[in-house]
Amino acid sequence: MSSKSNEVLESKKQRTRKGERFFALKRKYLAIPYAVFLVLFVIVPILLIFFYAFTDSNGRPSFDAAKDFFTSASKWSVLFTSLFIGVQNTIICLLIGYPIAYILSNKKLNKNGVMVMLFVMPMWINFVLRTGATRDLLSWLGIDGGNHPWPATLIGMVYNYLPFTILPLYTTMLKLDKSQIEAAGDLGANGFQVFTKSILPQSLPGIISASEMVFMPTMSSYVISDTLSEGKITLFGNSIYFNFSNSLWNEGSFMAVVMLAIIGITMLVTKNGSKDGTAARGGGLW
Amino acid sequence: MVNKKNLIKKILAQTYVWLILFLMYLPILTLIAFSFTKATNLGTWTGFSFDLYADLFKSQEIMTALGNTLIIAFVSSAISVVLGTLGAIGVFYSKKRAKKSLEFVTQIPVVNPEIVIALSLTVMFVFMGSYIFRNSIFSFWTLLAGHIVLSLPFVYLSVKPKLEQMDPSLYEAALDLGCPPNRALRTVIIPEILPGVASGFLLSITLSLDDFIVTAFTRGSGLLSGSNQIETLSTLVQAKIKKGPIPPEMRALTTIIFLIVLIIVVSVTISNGRKGKKAKLRKGRQDR
Repeated sequence: MSSKSNEVLESKKQRTRKGERFFALKRKYLAIPYAVFLVLFVIVPILLIFFYAFTDSNGRPSFDAAKDFFTSASKWSVLFTSLFIGVQNTIICLLIGYPIAYILSNKKLNKNGVMVMLFVMPMWINFVLRTGATRDLLSWLGIDGGNHPWPATLIGMVYNYLPFTILPLYTTMLKLDKSQIEAAGDLGANGFQVFTKSILPQSLPGIISASEMVFMPTMSSYVISDTLSEGKITLFGNSIYFNFSNSLWNEGSFMAVVMLAIIGITMLVTKNGSKDGTAARGGGLW
Repeated sequence: MVNKKNLIKKILAQTYVWLILFLMYLPILTLIAFSFTKATNLGTWTGFSFDLYADLFKSQEIMTALGNTLIIAFVSSAISVVLGTLGAIGVFYSKKRAKKSLEFVTQIPVVNPEIVIALSLTVMFVFMGSYIFRNSIFSFWTLLAGHIVLSLPFVYLSVKPKLEQMDPSLYEAALDLGCPPNRALRTVIIPEILPGVASGFLLSITLSLDDFIVTAFTRGSGLLSGSNQIETLSTLVQAKIKKGPIPPEMRALTTIIFLIVLIIVVSVTISNGRKGKKAKLRKGRQDR
């Protein structure tokens, strides 16, 4: 009797184990469609960009696109304009956003994160519509793209990227070691010293990921510069768009490769990948 | 004395925050204010009227674009959620090497600027069209693929932490108690990661609704636009504002979108607040 029930138990155990092993394989297989999609629509396109960047219009290997990029004065000016506006926008967003993130990290002023929600909310209104609204308002106020392309573009950029700066800064500010700050004050540091010796170093990861969130997208933006400067300021995004609409695949692809190189460099320099960045780009919203 | 200083600090901080908030909302609020008058340009007030709202619903163009936008957002998000959730589960139970390489590839669309994603996809579609299909393949399907590329990594990234937080013994317990693996997946794993799946879905919707570049590059004809190029809200507004100010009826549209967003945000905040309170209550009871 007992041996029989033991047998039954054994066989049952075996079956489960078999099922388990079979399923352990099967669970892994759930990632196959995901992997196939990523290979087809992420990896292959990027490889093709490299292929087009280093071939001519007949598909033969050539460095014409590279030569064209590095010898053309207009492309150099695009590169420098993009870098310049990227740096400017990043600095302005940090200067405005940093105090806001610090203030909001105080729970009394920001009950249940309501204030943060308020800062993020405009992001849900269609981005092109928001950009158009900014332009119309600015031209009503006399800062139109025709006469003042640079300030108008910069204001548009700050409008769009400020929430992306505040979110990562806010998440790091929540983790600030409050007792260290208090201790610094108690031990005789003045306000400025407390800031430079305690708050700033602690919030550095937030500053880095906020800069990453702002710098690259600013450089590569199309709609904001096109709308607010009325086509007077050409950034990387505008230039690639122009190449695309004139079927200049090789030139456009080479510019994309340049962008990828810049991303690679910034990621090597900051070395924190995009762990916080993803949270800021949208993960923090929901 | 110290109290007074703190009070001043607090007031300054509050003023600063509210001032920046006001500036950030100013363009939208201006559009909303002028949605109640019929003037073509911002800044001129020709009397209060609801005419723009009537015009909005009569505008075939805008309604088509809205319909297209919603269809693309929901279809692409639904596919992203299925692919991304299964992908996250699969990767979670994969060996280290496969896991590492897939995680790396997942990061690519996240760090890539949208214009590079758009251009790379377009180059591939042109390539496929000229060498494989011998015909232009730009259509709803290429647009759909573009939007899935945009949102898929974010679904993956919002499901992954939930899988990591999950208690692995739950699933094993289910198997030990005789639950077949497929059912264990459905009744144990999926409910555990559901909040991550939901936030992935909402995130996909927002990314898709907001997208301009990928849409402009990868679209073809189809959907509600029929034999014309598919217009979404973003591409339609962009085409309009390239020529002049925002069309008056779109001011009315902004008001409606703003109201919908406001309602959603307020209800989410309230429900979060309640959840927080409940959690606190529960914790209090435990402490006792």
